[in-house]
Amino acid sequence: MDFLRPAGWEEALAAKAEHPTAVPIAGGTDVMVEINFDHRRPEYLLDLTRVAELAEWEATDRTVRLGAGVPYTRIIEELRTELPGLALAAHTIGSPQIRNRGTVGGNLGAASPAGDAHPALLAAGAEVEAASVRGTRRIPVEEFFTGVKRHALEPDELIRAVHIRRADGPQQFSKVGTRNAMVIAVCAFAVALHPRTRTVRTGIGSAAPTPVRARAAEEFLGGALEEGGFWDSGAPLDPSVVRRFAELCAGACRPIDDVRGTAAYRRHAVGVMARRTLGWTWEAYREGEGRTAQCA
Amino acid sequence: MAADRTASAPTTLTQATGATRGTVGESTLRPDGTLKVTGEFAYSSDLWHEDMLWGFTLRSPHAHAAIRSIDTAGALALPGVYAVMTHDDLPAATHYGLEIRDQPVLAEGRVRYHGEPVAIVAADHPETARRAAARIVVEYEELPLVVDEATATAPDAPLLHPGRRDHHASHVPHPNVVHRQPVRRGDVAAARARADVVVRRTYEVGMQDQAFLGPESGLAVPAEDGGVDLYIATQWLHVDRDQLAPVLGLPADKVRLTLSGVGGAFGAREDLSMQAHACLLALRTGRPVKIVYNRYESFFGHVHRHPAKLTYEHGATRDGTLLYVQCRIVLDGGAYASSSPAVVGNAASLSIGPYVVENVDVEAIALYSNNPPCGAMRGFGAVQACFAYEAQMDAVAAELGLDPVEFRRRNAMSQGATMPTGQVVDSPAPVAELLRRVKALPMPPERAWEAAGGPVDVRALPGGLSNTTHGESVVRGVGYAVGIKNVGFSEGFDDYSTARIRLEVIGGEPVALVHTAMAEVGQGGVTVHAQIARTELGVDRVTLHPADTRVGSAGSTSASRQTYMTGGAIKHTCEAVREEVLRRGRERFGGSHPAWTEPGRLRLEDGKVVTDGGEVIGDLAGILGDEAIDLEREFRHRPTEPFDPRTGQGFGHVQYSFCAHRAVVEVDTELGLVKVVELAAAQDVGKAINPLSVVGQIHGGSVQGLGLAVMEEIVVSADGARVRNPSFTDYLIPTILDTPAMPVEVLELADAGAPYGLRGVGEAPTLSSTPAVVAAIRAATGLPLKRVPVRPEHLTGNAP
Amino acid sequence: MRVNITVNGRPYEADDVWEGESLLYVLRERLGLPGSKNACEQGECGSCTVRLDGVPVCACLVAAGQAEGREVVTVEGLADHARQRSGQAAPLAPVQQAFIDAGAVQCGFCTPGLLVAADELLERNPDPSDADVREALSGNLCRCTGYEKILDAVRLAAARTGEAV
Repeated sequence: MDFLRPAGWEEALAAKAEHPTAVPIAGGTDVMVEINFDHRRPEYLLDLTRVAELAEWEATDRTVRLGAGVPYTRIIEELRTELPGLALAAHTIGSPQIRNRGTVGGNLGAASPAGDAHPALLAAGAEVEAASVRGTRRIPVEEFFTGVKRHALEPDELIRAVHIRRADGPQQFSKVGTRNAMVIAVCAFAVALHPRTRTVRTGIGSAAPTPVRARAAEEFLGGALEEGGFWDSGAPLDPSVVRRFAELCAGACRPIDDVRGTAAYRRHAVGVMARRTLGWTWEAYREGEGRTAQCA
Repeated sequence: MAADRTASAPTTLTQATGATRGTVGESTLRPDGTLKVTGEFAYSSDLWHEDMLWGFTLRSPHAHAAIRSIDTAGALALPGVYAVMTHDDLPAATHYGLEIRDQPVLAEGRVRYHGEPVAIVAADHPETARRAAARIVVEYEELPLVVDEATATAPDAPLLHPGRRDHHASHVPHPNVVHRQPVRRGDVAAARARADVVVRRTYEVGMQDQAFLGPESGLAVPAEDGGVDLYIATQWLHVDRDQLAPVLGLPADKVRLTLSGVGGAFGAREDLSMQAHACLLALRTGRPVKIVYNRYESFFGHVHRHPAKLTYEHGATRDGTLLYVQCRIVLDGGAYASSSPAVVGNAASLSIGPYVVENVDVEAIALYSNNPPCGAMRGFGAVQACFAYEAQMDAVAAELGLDPVEFRRRNAMSQGATMPTGQVVDSPAPVAELLRRVKALPMPPERAWEAAGGPVDVRALPGGLSNTTHGESVVRGVGYAVGIKNVGFSEGFDDYSTARIRLEVIGGEPVALVHTAMAEVGQGGVTVHAQIARTELGVDRVTLHPADTRVGSAGSTSASRQTYMTGGAIKHTCEAVREEVLRRGRERFGGSHPAWTEPGRLRLEDGKVVTDGGEVIGDLAGILGDEAIDLEREFRHRPTEPFDPRTGQGFGHVQYSFCAHRAVVEVDTELGLVKVVELAAAQDVGKAINPLSVVGQIHGGSVQGLGLAVMEEIVVSADGARVRNPSFTDYLIPTILDTPAMPVEVLELADAGAPYGLRGVGEAPTLSSTPAVVAAIRAATGLPLKRVPVRPEHLTGNAP
Repeated sequence: MRVNITVNGRPYEADDVWEGESLLYVLRERLGLPGSKNACEQGECGSCTVRLDGVPVCACLVAAGQAEGREVVTVEGLADHARQRSGQAAPLAPVQQAFIDAGAVQCGFCTPGLLVAADELLERNPDPSDADVREALSGNLCRCTGYEKILDAVRLAAARTGEAV
């Protein structure tokens, strides 16, 4: 095994180009477990913690460009307003020690269906900035996950940043685990209201081979909100609308039975979380959160 | 740089400050506390030795397979590898075991469980050892699996141990049954005919892991005399040695064990893990060998709590009197016997709980199977039974329309009651009082998540930080349970402990050196043992010698027995030392005061000899001069007898201990998530030698029971009997956010037969917390919940 | 490879480090600092918690090479760290003394990690609520105490530090 320590981004890309099998390591919260337990013996470890620009974020009017190496703790502390869904998700990850090290770039790189950041990114709307010595491209997060622990990166590419749409309305994230802290998701759900575009987006974790959006549910709810004039009126949602939304979210799952939970439970729990989180976000919207944004 | 951590690491402990120099009954602080908070306390995984090699174990990927061949050439060829050993390389005995020597040191032609050791490697770096192990080629041929009672006792079932000749073999119904213990009393059939209410249900308990934090580890150092010194984390040094010596082909005196720091035990260190492997490799290579399991390996490296199926039938009259209990308890012992026979004895004899029932028909068995081996864990057979009988008590109470605590009170045993085994409970048994106490405690406030007045605090809700509810569908429930646990080794076992005390004058001050082989595993034995010596000898300075095999056996740190047994041995030996002090005093100063001739009137206090009238007539420094007193004595509890193999009758247990719990839970009934809000306990401890430690034991035991109630289970695959969750990612134990406030009421009703009247503390709280928590979840949900751990899908109707 | 780390204020150099080694292994096996514990090696128990450039992390999940040139504080350096912070000359950090006094130590294997995490909490938040303490320590498993006395200890340390100011 070789340990590569690029001091800057260009050097990192060059190293990855030269050694396409190199495994990038940032917080180490996935990679080191695999090494400690002898599940993985990469030829090269590519340490990205010395690439300073990866640990920076910048916000523009509409998006946050989140460096791949910004740890979750900083997302919780610094980006609660811009990225409330991701901040909530970050708060459910592992322990304080894990949140101090783990990064969204690492979560994407591992591409686990149970990655906690993924549903929040799907709901907010995000693109992964992938780079190599050949250039830079942006991959919509929906297209990033290609299978269980598989992603759309080329062997010579690294994740530079994630471009996440800045919240223009309420967002929520909820996750079921069998412990009250430090737990891998049995399943997770994120919802984001986007008053500016009058759309709703969702993300489901750990209930399909990859993180997924519940598109039918999004379209149904978007239509119902539009038709009923809810965006303007801010009226309470009809319980049947909420129920249907939850059913469609549950229907978007393709879960399995495993040691963490049954498929039937996952489908059920996603439905419950969808209903509750929609309730919380809509209540926040009615109370004014994001209702000014649509006029902008 | 690390040379100061060589194998002599175990440290002599001296109480440093006033707060650590208490006597019996005081909340004395731990003598090892400072070492433990500064990181200097040397645990078994911390040891280091010049020229040390690392051992590693190759384990079976199959639960049941014949081994056709093993090729170690590739491993041996790897630079940095010093030895590779398989069954063929063993020098002497090839099997060991606590009760039945059925466990292969390394698999011989056949593996019987997933993770069974097949080969061992010694190399200069752990990674070298792992790579070498990966190069060992083992050819397996999978065999049909035995996974439950049906497959174990089928007519054509594969026999786990064909031709077994152990002392249980002759009375078991099938060779795949390790041991069977019935208990019969009265006439169940006649009682059934008189019953107004009958409740019959089947319960299940999943396989719990002890999940101590300090992984199995130790350092074996070959000695010049051809023997070996092993620095080890264990629960019983002498029984480790007695199993090791035949395997190493050495006389017992050449196998010297010293206890190093132990990171928790809870039963999981009663069996050997890496001990034999490290010693074999050290003797083979002539180099010190250290083995440290990682967490993954630890799940395969020790026995677990027996999973169980329990069928109970309770009959009662309309006025709430229990008429009879019939039950059948099937424990899965896995591939090797470990302590299964004793677990069966406990499950059978304690199967109906702390209640008076005239008519009892009990059968408990343990199976041999291809599941992971199971043996000792805190509560030892009584935990499984308590979950079932307490669920039954609630169910019968509900049928009768009685309050569950009132129904228990009407049937609660008290001193003088007769157990189903015929044994009369001859010391206090305050079962009703313990229940009354937990019930009388104030209830925790409702809706704590709104307490701050601001936004909802999800940390106070089911799901916690995962943000699953802001109060929706959250329902509170309250449940009660009480349990009975035996203390000490039972069924006629010659259970004793040994203490050696040296009393001498150092720097003008009397100092007592206490030497026992007691395994301090975190419970605080070192604290109370020093308190006892200080109390009995009236000296301030007590030093604890490292525990090793150079003194007689202390017995196991299990069965809630070390304060009773090694505490008793220290008290007993101190009494002999005191006699000798007084004899010498009488010899030298007898003429100076008439009280010297009446030793019954004299005590030792503050380094002085004091009369019952408070008069000082001599001091230790003067009496001892430069001649130390050095005595070693054994202490035994009263003898017990085996249970009759057909009727289960017999004076089987030394002492009983009792604990009651009240659990308050809040359940998100829609998502099936549980938050235990409060877990109150009341326990009779006879005499609290150290009140702070007593409460610590009750807290810790309660939370292990909470874990079994709602999250802890080793899951074995249905198709391959493979462990599916050998990690702390998927074997979950409670975090500080899962753990509630735990008020504790301690009763001290002396047992006249025990030292200071004390009652073993450690296990009883682990019994009743599980059924109390589940009863509270039942109260919140209305569901029957006949299996632990309760999983979310059991509460939402999404279980398979 | 060679790794240079400053641990508890003192520079260390380790040679022949295998690239797959963790910071935890280097501390324990190469630098003679076994105070940080090896309970799970998967970031689930917190017993190896150290401060890496001031931030509490699981040393088992830091690759040795990632610690190159960084500053590490382990349980062995906690008392010094507290002395530098407070300017007081106590032999132990307030959390260390409080863990002893409150009975928060049983087997003690979780203790080093808990102490590093609790000390950092009190540095950030000298007067935490019980819920804050539970959240800050939720990454540190203890199997012996049931956590009640640990909570007591952190309360005690906070109260004592508060009085001392």
